[in-house]
Amino acid sequence: MTTATDTGTGTFTPRPGAAPLPRMIAAQAALETRMLLRNGEQLLLTVVIPTLILVLFSSVDVVDTGSGKSVDFLAPGVLALAVMSTAFTGQAIATGFERRYGVLKRLASSPLPRWALMTAKTASVLVTEVLQVILLTVIALALGWSPHGNPLAVLLLLVLGTAAFSGLGLLMAGTLKAEATLAAANLVFLLLLVGGGVIVPLDKFGGAQSVLGLLPISALSDGLRDVLQHGAGMPWGDLGILAVWAVVGLGAAGKFFRWE
Amino acid sequence: MRSEPVVQVRDLVKRYGTKTAVNGLDLTAEAGVTAVLGPNGAGKTTTIETCEGYRRPDSGAVRVLGLDPVRQSAELRPRVGVMLQSGGVYSGARADEMLRHVAKLHAHPLDVDALMERLGLGSCGRTSYRRLSGGQQQRLALAMAVVGRPELVFLDEPTAGLDPQARRATWDLVRDLRTDGVSVILTTHYMEEAEQLADDVAIIDAGRVIAKGSPEELCKGGAENTLRFTGRPGLDVGSLLKALPADSTAAELTPGSYRVIGKVNPQLLATVTSWCAQHGVMPDRISVERHTLEDVFLELTGKELRS
Repeated sequence: MTTATDTGTGTFTPRPGAAPLPRMIAAQAALETRMLLRNGEQLLLTVVIPTLILVLFSSVDVVDTGSGKSVDFLAPGVLALAVMSTAFTGQAIATGFERRYGVLKRLASSPLPRWALMTAKTASVLVTEVLQVILLTVIALALGWSPHGNPLAVLLLLVLGTAAFSGLGLLMAGTLKAEATLAAANLVFLLLLVGGGVIVPLDKFGGAQSVLGLLPISALSDGLRDVLQHGAGMPWGDLGILAVWAVVGLGAAGKFFRWE
Repeated sequence: MRSEPVVQVRDLVKRYGTKTAVNGLDLTAEAGVTAVLGPNGAGKTTTIETCEGYRRPDSGAVRVLGLDPVRQSAELRPRVGVMLQSGGVYSGARADEMLRHVAKLHAHPLDVDALMERLGLGSCGRTSYRRLSGGQQQRLALAMAVVGRPELVFLDEPTAGLDPQARRATWDLVRDLRTDGVSVILTTHYMEEAEQLADDVAIIDAGRVIAKGSPEELCKGGAENTLRFTGRPGLDVGSLLKALPADSTAAELTPGSYRVIGKVNPQLLATVTSWCAQHGVMPDRISVERHTLEDVFLELTGKELRS
């Protein structure tokens, strides 16, 4: 990096130029990740709540999780919850306030292209998810979790789930006021936590089960459970549901997102 | 310095719903410092933000450094620095962290620490943006506009709400930018700021440019300037008038209080004082009132308060 020091005349002599794209994207992704990890409320959502749910419900038998060890039922659900907390809730709230505080507007006049900003945001979400998955996997293994199945199917589910939740999160952040996004994103998180097969098996909801099964969180937790608990192959049905949500969510976000 | 204009706005129209914010505005800014003055709601920010590529004109043409700010945005953005009227920073980011980040988006940025020091932000680099004072937030936004070593910077009310010291620091920076060949377009409410900094001033009202020129040119136009003095009552105003240039007037307003209206310059002042000396008059409380940009501004935009 070429620098000039403050020695009066000549300091500001124009020497414009954009940094190379990979450097811009890496810098943006690093900044976004730092902002997320520094934010206490975000950490509560992305780390503390999934960890507590995993530890608490695995050790104390308050929810009937069917036959087998409860951690085998809970671990896939909590992984799905972690993806939702970062890609949907966390991203919606952070982006909503960035829009509100003019951050997106200011960055739009920097050399960073918009698509590169979105790429950096996605990278930041993926980095956070990797950290979450490592943490939760270690805890679950310590609690006696014995995962099965095809790692590729798991990866595909996590990636499509991230795409689906990101689209919905950005749609919310780019159309609602920041405060409304904050409230709605938390409410949706809570509702989907209860009604999305994360800790409560969907068959407890009787007739509503078939509708609830179409939610992205249900598809993700159900797909992960099929693979990790029951050792199933590719869960095409759940992957299909997630793909539809991803296309609809990202398409709508692309069309309706307002930058300021 | 370049000879082509840095900003060219021709017949710009911009509406928000039924409200017309900019109504056939023409503005050409040459290299140097151009101040855009106007009352609230005159269309200053809309004009600037159209130049920055944030808004598409409803009609008219905008060229910045010869480029279309919307269609040639990718080419233009690295060459232009932008300071928004407010915000633009992650609320949890530290001041130096944000400035370093913007620096990383550029190929040849300024030294971040030196720039922070220069703008009096050296002691609050580790402070998060939301804990900075309003003035510190403003100066950080200014630093973000210049750190990429642009050819042209847009500053939207850069000193609004600053204390006098911080305002001086900002003015000094703008002067150094100019000296180093960076062009500056700034909006301001402060006449003094425009008089101090600008090579050219454009006064905007109701979405149009209603006057443009150097501060001196603008102050020369309009009403004449005034010289007042007090002395013995009943002086021969007629003989004073004969001593003065042809386009001047002189009158005794109240007994012992005299007023000369005309082109007030050192020659006129010398003429008046030597006439006084010839007549054995001590001109007490002699004062000159030259037209300020504020007078011009109020004359052009009206003195009544607007909402």
